[in-house]
Amino acid sequence: MTGLILRRLGIGLVTVLAVSVIIFFGTKILPGDVAQIRLGQAATEENVAAFRERLGLDRPYWQQYLGWLSNFLRGDLGISLASDVPITNLIADRYQNTIIVSGLTALIGVPVSLMLGITAAMFPGSLYDRVLTFVSVSLVAAPEFFTATLLVLLFVFALDLGNAVVVGSTEGKGFFELIAHFALPIATLSFVIASQLIRMSRAAVLNVMSSPYIEMAILKGVPRGRIIFRHALLNAIGPIVNVVALNLAYLVTGVIVVEVYFAYPGLATLIVQGVQSRDYVLIQGLGMIFCLTYVVLMLIADIAAYASNPRLRHPK
Amino acid sequence: MQKTRNHGDRIHGDIVFETRDLRIGAIQPDGSEIRIVKGVDFQVRRGEVVALIGESGSGKTTISLSALGYAKPGLSFTGGEALLLGQDVTRMSVDELRPLRGISVAYLAQSAAATFNPSIKINEQVTEAPVLHGTKTQAEADARALELYRALELPDPETIGDRYPHQVSGGQLQRLMAAMALCGDPELLVLDEPTTALDVTTQIEVLKAFKKVIKEEGAAAIYVTHDLAVVAQIADRVVVLYNGEIKEAGPVEEVIDRSKHPYTTRLMDAIRPMPEAGQGDASSDEHLREAPALEARGVDAGYGGIDSSGRPAVPVLRDIDVAIQRGKTVGIIGESGCGKSTLARVYAGLLPAASGDIYLDGERLSPDLAGRTREQLRKVQFVYQMADTALNPRQRIRDILGRPIDFYRTAEGMTRRQRVEQLLEMVELPVQFADRYPHELSGGQKQRVNLARALAANPEVVLCDEVTSALDTIVAANVIELLKRLQRETGVSFVFISHDLSTVSSFADEIVVLYAGMVAEQGPTDRVLSPPFHPYTRLLVSSVPEPRVGWLEEAAATREAKAGASGAVTLTETGCPFFARCPLAIPGTCETVDPPTLDDGNGHVIECHRSLAELSA
Repeated sequence: MTGLILRRLGIGLVTVLAVSVIIFFGTKILPGDVAQIRLGQAATEENVAAFRERLGLDRPYWQQYLGWLSNFLRGDLGISLASDVPITNLIADRYQNTIIVSGLTALIGVPVSLMLGITAAMFPGSLYDRVLTFVSVSLVAAPEFFTATLLVLLFVFALDLGNAVVVGSTEGKGFFELIAHFALPIATLSFVIASQLIRMSRAAVLNVMSSPYIEMAILKGVPRGRIIFRHALLNAIGPIVNVVALNLAYLVTGVIVVEVYFAYPGLATLIVQGVQSRDYVLIQGLGMIFCLTYVVLMLIADIAAYASNPRLRHPK
Repeated sequence: MQKTRNHGDRIHGDIVFETRDLRIGAIQPDGSEIRIVKGVDFQVRRGEVVALIGESGSGKTTISLSALGYAKPGLSFTGGEALLLGQDVTRMSVDELRPLRGISVAYLAQSAAATFNPSIKINEQVTEAPVLHGTKTQAEADARALELYRALELPDPETIGDRYPHQVSGGQLQRLMAAMALCGDPELLVLDEPTTALDVTTQIEVLKAFKKVIKEEGAAAIYVTHDLAVVAQIADRVVVLYNGEIKEAGPVEEVIDRSKHPYTTRLMDAIRPMPEAGQGDASSDEHLREAPALEARGVDAGYGGIDSSGRPAVPVLRDIDVAIQRGKTVGIIGESGCGKSTLARVYAGLLPAASGDIYLDGERLSPDLAGRTREQLRKVQFVYQMADTALNPRQRIRDILGRPIDFYRTAEGMTRRQRVEQLLEMVELPVQFADRYPHELSGGQKQRVNLARALAANPEVVLCDEVTSALDTIVAANVIELLKRLQRETGVSFVFISHDLSTVSSFADEIVVLYAGMVAEQGPTDRVLSPPFHPYTRLLVSSVPEPRVGWLEEAAATREAKAGASGAVTLTETGCPFFARCPLAIPGTCETVDPPTLDDGNGHVIECHRSLAELSA
């Protein structure tokens, strides 16, 4: 088990390194000379050369890469090309919104979705199951902006509750005030992750429900609730935690549409701005942060799956 | 413990379970019914074991499950009654049934490995039913479980319940399942083929434990099996089923010794004859002049990485020398985990040997698949045990057989269609089957297709891994006949792997006895099955159940069985791995020094420290 976790950690590390290479050299092949863009058309040859030297752009790529990587490891993400501000400052302003919204969505959306999926598996083919399947499949098909628009139409225009965009500061707000503050983005994102979580947790539990040991539990007279929560769920944890982790990673990195729609600045909009302003230092830093988010969440999911498997926990 | 339900006893006498014209069927979407059980009447009295016997499809499992008021998904009770302690369980709701299940009636399934939840500790599963139904407190149930672990002769009865199912052996798990069934003190036990998946040596122990516990507890039992030899050991009365109907019923001696119905006679005849000397072709020198078709020389193999000294992380096979002569059948036998299938995988190149070599027609083969030429691949084919998983469910038989025909170009002047039909005829299937999917075929038919798929390559050697183990007695006997005919007609060699000595002995020219990854004994079938015996071979031979009442008691009393029951199977670095279970072991020698090879001069070799004379006794 320990060996397995160490090996998994090693794989995670290799993944991060591989992605860092791709991010670094990927931003290098973006069209246009950075110094030229940064200084504008009017800049003299000397100015451009001096600027390149200051950024270290005259050094060989591998030296630039190692320097960048060691800075990143020390927490120095460099200076933004677009605004001359340290990247860490730019991110600090934004990450709070992202963490609050994704954290609250995870806290509300994940348990609710899992419960819905598991209860659907308890009564396969029932009206409840069929309605839930219909709704979740429809949600998979609906893009985020469509779901968001429906919610805004319903709550803001029909029921006259809250605002169509997120307004005001989060400062000094408590847990429930924050939920109210971000109510519509949280609701939209919850719907987006709910569809996949419901489908997958239902499938994972149903898959286990056809095992002989579940039939044995039925023949021992074990009630349905205990069959699901004691006998089936334990064996379905592996696939479920993986889907949860993938969805949590999406909440941090992929919510650009929702951020733009509700007009609150988060990390996802930041990277789009980075691309627009050719701020490759910003893109590199955010790319690495997103990569780390994925790797760490998947690592946690895999360790949780290992830990839920008694064969790995207690070898012979 | 007195249960309120037992008041019914006054009315129903000593009948624990009774079916009256029981009918079970599958209702199709169009409202029509496929009848599975067609009106069955039988009774189970207190203290009595009733065996339901028949082939798969005879409805025996379906009938036995009716005692729990349970019909498999897709099936439903369509008529008649199943009376458990006087109550008709076929008309009860799930909530009414729940208190009965696990308390009045308990079920033991065929595979304990699949029946125990892998994520829950054994003790919780064993004690779950009585604690859940409130007939025992957790402490009472734990005490009862401990008592049962002792009665079932499980090792470390105090701590075995704290383990997870994967941490105990298959035979132990099977006995733990019996403890799970008995923990609620049920009045009726339903045992569904509980020893079929076990090795013969383990089967004896488990049968003995079941019999003892059933007698001591005074429980009634329904014992479902297809094995008449097992029935003779455990049942008081026998009900013979065919196609959902009772063909014959009566006391066990009467049915076994004086069966009246032709179907029962057929079942008796299909019991493979007891292994005894004189079976198989005595090997002549004739075929020895040419190189063997396939040969392993000094093969070590295992799983995991290979260290610097050439040893795999998990060694399975040690120093294997086995040759398969052209046109002959070599049977490889041994308990599960002895390395039989691993050896086949090494021959096939699926698992490269860690050291040693494989020769095909005297030519050294690359250890792994990738290094073998297509022609070499063609000559060695593999047939898997489970045709269900080996055949692609989405392909028609035509495509399953067509693929190797195209790949190895074996159509030879015929069209692909003609070749497919020729192959189907070879395995005695109608040519119309070419357009069917595997799920439209029966188990035996699927196994024939599985075999035809291997034959499509025109192989020289076919590796058959437990190909008859999942089949019914009669079907398996037919498949063996087919293999014999194919060998006569095509001259193909078979490597026939099985844990069932009687099947192997009815068919193989030579037998290789594997124990813990080493060859214990090998030679012509008649020589291996007659003294001198390797002590392990003797244990195997004496463990094959005989279809006569009283055999179990005799067999369990022999020194081989006593020694065999103790001690675990371990693969050792040096010495004889059978040391821990051997009644003839020489302490200080056997576990430290590799046994010498004793050769009786007829191609029959035994790896043992004892002399041939001592082994003949």
